Amino acid sequence: MLTQLTHDTATPLSRRRWLAATAGLILGLSAFGSAKAADDTIKVGVLHSLSGTMAISETTLKDTVLFMIDEQNKKGGVLGKKLEAVVVDPASNWPLFAEKARELITKDKVSVVFGCWTSVSRKSVLPVFKELNSILFYPVQYEGEESERNVFYTGAAPNQQAIPAVDYLMKEEKVKRWVLAGTDYVYPRTTNKILEAYLKSKGVKDEDIMINYTPFGHSDWQTIVADIKKFGSAGKKTAVVSTINGDANVPFYKELGNQGIKATDIPVVAFSVGEEELAGLDTRPLVGHLAAWNYFESIKTPANEAFIKEWQAYTKNPKRTTNDPMEATYIGFNMWVKAVEKAKSVDADKVIDALPGTKTPNLTGGIAEVLPNHHITKPVFIGEIKGNGQFDVVWKTPGLVAGDAWSKELPDSKDLIGDWVGHKCGNWNTKTNKCGG
Amino acid sequence: MLIKIFKNFRALPFALLVIFTTVLPALAGPFEDAIAKFADDDYSSTEEAVGLIATSGNPLAFAIISALQDGRLMADPDTKKIYVTQADGKIIDAATGAAVASIPDSAAAVRINNHLRRAVDAALGGLTLSSPDPDKRIQAAQSVFKTHDEAMLPLIDNALKKETNRDAKQALTVARAAILLFKADATEEQKLDAVATIRSRGDQEALAMLADVPSDAPPAVAHAAAGAISAIQQRLALWSVVQNAWYGLSLGSVLLLAAIGLAITFGVMGVINMAHGEMVMIGAYVTFVVQQTIRTSYAGLAEYSLLIAVPAAFIVAGAIGILIERTIIRFLYGRPLETLLATWGLSLVLQQAVRTMFGPTNQEVANPSWMSGAFQLGQISITYNRLWILCFTLAVFAILLAMLRYTALGLEMRAVTQNRRMAASMGIATSRVDALTFGLGSGIAGIAGVALSQIDNVSPNLGQSYIIDSFMVVVFGGVGNLWGTLVGAFTLGIANKFLEPVAGAVLGKIAILVLIILFIQKRPRGLFAMKGRAVEA
Repeated sequence: MLTQLTHDTATPLSRRRWLAATAGLILGLSAFGSAKAADDTIKVGVLHSLSGTMAISETTLKDTVLFMIDEQNKKGGVLGKKLEAVVVDPASNWPLFAEKARELITKDKVSVVFGCWTSVSRKSVLPVFKELNSILFYPVQYEGEESERNVFYTGAAPNQQAIPAVDYLMKEEKVKRWVLAGTDYVYPRTTNKILEAYLKSKGVKDEDIMINYTPFGHSDWQTIVADIKKFGSAGKKTAVVSTINGDANVPFYKELGNQGIKATDIPVVAFSVGEEELAGLDTRPLVGHLAAWNYFESIKTPANEAFIKEWQAYTKNPKRTTNDPMEATYIGFNMWVKAVEKAKSVDADKVIDALPGTKTPNLTGGIAEVLPNHHITKPVFIGEIKGNGQFDVVWKTPGLVAGDAWSKELPDSKDLIGDWVGHKCGNWNTKTNKCGG
Repeated sequence: MLIKIFKNFRALPFALLVIFTTVLPALAGPFEDAIAKFADDDYSSTEEAVGLIATSGNPLAFAIISALQDGRLMADPDTKKIYVTQADGKIIDAATGAAVASIPDSAAAVRINNHLRRAVDAALGGLTLSSPDPDKRIQAAQSVFKTHDEAMLPLIDNALKKETNRDAKQALTVARAAILLFKADATEEQKLDAVATIRSRGDQEALAMLADVPSDAPPAVAHAAAGAISAIQQRLALWSVVQNAWYGLSLGSVLLLAAIGLAITFGVMGVINMAHGEMVMIGAYVTFVVQQTIRTSYAGLAEYSLLIAVPAAFIVAGAIGILIERTIIRFLYGRPLETLLATWGLSLVLQQAVRTMFGPTNQEVANPSWMSGAFQLGQISITYNRLWILCFTLAVFAILLAMLRYTALGLEMRAVTQNRRMAASMGIATSRVDALTFGLGSGIAGIAGVALSQIDNVSPNLGQSYIIDSFMVVVFGGVGNLWGTLVGAFTLGIANKFLEPVAGAVLGKIAILVLIILFIQKRPRGLFAMKGRAVEA
């Protein structure tokens, strides 16, 4: 057709005009193409760090979203349209999270974003999601004390992880003395504040609680492990509640193993150690130490077995592990799909209104339901570390636990609830019947 | 068939048992019932089974319970049969002791939790009290000490009579004291004796035991226990100083190891090498690759994989170092700011390259058996990996010093750093020396990575956590002086470990940083400043 055109217009085109014409044509075509693509597909933003400190944990979640999108597209997509992932890399840099979120929403026009891991990254993108009115699914256990209209929290709130874990230790292991050890940032500090209040309400005395914070990536644990050993030799059963963050865990557990602290003497229950973290460790000296999660790879249900199989096929790695934040991503993704189908639109306001009450099965045989406070219902499992790097579930809550946005243990937040259905408010005070705004 | 089993000496007890159980079926009843409980997949029935089997006197009891402890006890929920995989890979039926060809697919390992693990430890303690291995007897006595179960008293008394090993005898005596201390009907005199015995043990476990003395104990016993507690505490307080010093030395050795390569590239050559940490990281990954290769192809060498990794890491990291020097750094000599930016960018490139090649997650580098565990020195426990790292660091340091002092390359290096133009006039190929020096520094960083892989994460971020500390050590110790680096590293390590118990890990680190800043104000050239014209050059 092009040649035809040049023949018809008898005047021979100069080289430069030729180029300009071709470029213009290509540009036009590509513009047409992308316009067409935008009509045909629904864009899904993925905001997880692929480089920097947090890449170790977040890369897996990026893969999970891509895997879920792939699976959904095989089923025919959503609302008759294919899903298209837009992946950005905020590089473990908190301000960059906000920039990349803005880019995803305004430039790429994504309908929903799955992302963030650390609380500080979530806090940094919050204003962006509020201002541009979009939706964020946040898949990691966190410290609570938050309920935002634009965010859906599919990870555990403290009452879905920390409190049941402490209950387990108190009842089953008869623990009387507590070491609360954490990395020095907002999640451990808030969680430990909640736990301290909870333990005191159960009659644990001040001298039986030891709180210890360490910097990010702490690698020399000799003194602290020796301190724990000493604290544990006061004649009362002692346990360590660990909110130590990812990277620092490997040297911590190595030191525990080397100094011979066995789970039968001083059990350590961790909230941030999953199958991924254990992959870098020889777990034989750690057998019996505990972790509290809402999902374990070793849980035998048909849904979980199928998920693991498909995931390993998708990643082409028969050894690839799954973990709790992956399940939270899985739940969040399915919930979003359901809500979009219910609302028959990807419009943020409609989807946000459709989400509360949405139910989807989780991977452990229960049903996850979005609550009015934008948290979900979850079962809580306590697993013991096995010699092969997996967990053996030794205890679970009898039913599902509803996530509390605001902790009932802290005096500042015990009267607050999040209710985006009735009161349209994230921090409704049930005493004064007022919205905190 | 039977003759065959008889020929195999190891199978003899089991063959005997087969006969035993068939001849005397009445005796086999409760034992088999107990065994069948393992198939219930219920913690309380498993616990019951452990108790019954431990006291059954059956020769298989030890094999079954230790298999339960190690996850080698398999239960088939359909047939209610229980199987034991023995250490040599042979499989037997737990109820009869008969050899079995294979375990059915439907069988799963019997699950245990911490509560059960304690029960298992106690049961094994009773069963191994008469083990021929004195270490096992000590361990058994230790677990009896912890549980101080009254039912164990006759067993302990029996074992004490026969015991000839001094350490085992001591352990048994202490275990006996622990039982008597908590035995309701023991006489006051026995209890006072028990307190004295436990006091002589003098460690934290003894402290825990004495603190646990029931409140209804006779006043004299309670008084003696209180006295013993304060005596032990005083002793432990002294030991804790020794312990802090040891931890400080150990931290210092890690700092020194990380900084020693930088002492060459930054200290001797003056290159601000921000990619130094990544050389450490590359060394750790080389260790991982070496270990992986050995594991898959030469399994017999697994224990020595670290020794093989040391030269490999030196060569790989050194070669990368030379490449960096030849392609980037040699164009930037005398321009510290550009060097800083270029090497920092390079560090990001290297990190991302490793992340793409190996994935962002941690890689497992196994500790060889000679680097795991700890031994007791007085009242402090010294972990083998830290001890080996300290020795290794000092060896690397000594070799490096000797190299600089006695080899031709060392001489040339010193000549070039002292006066580049003069050295060039004397016929030294300065640019070749530059490349080799940088390669040497990088190679040593690679060696550091081998050691650090034993105590830290092997992840792309490994190097980042050491770069600041390394610069701190080199600057504090005095640029251009290896001895300064040594003293600097150990000073910082020990200061840190004495501050940490008082101020906490976070504040301790900040305090150290502030102290260094103040120190640098006073002595800008660090602890051991270089003197003479070389400084001005």
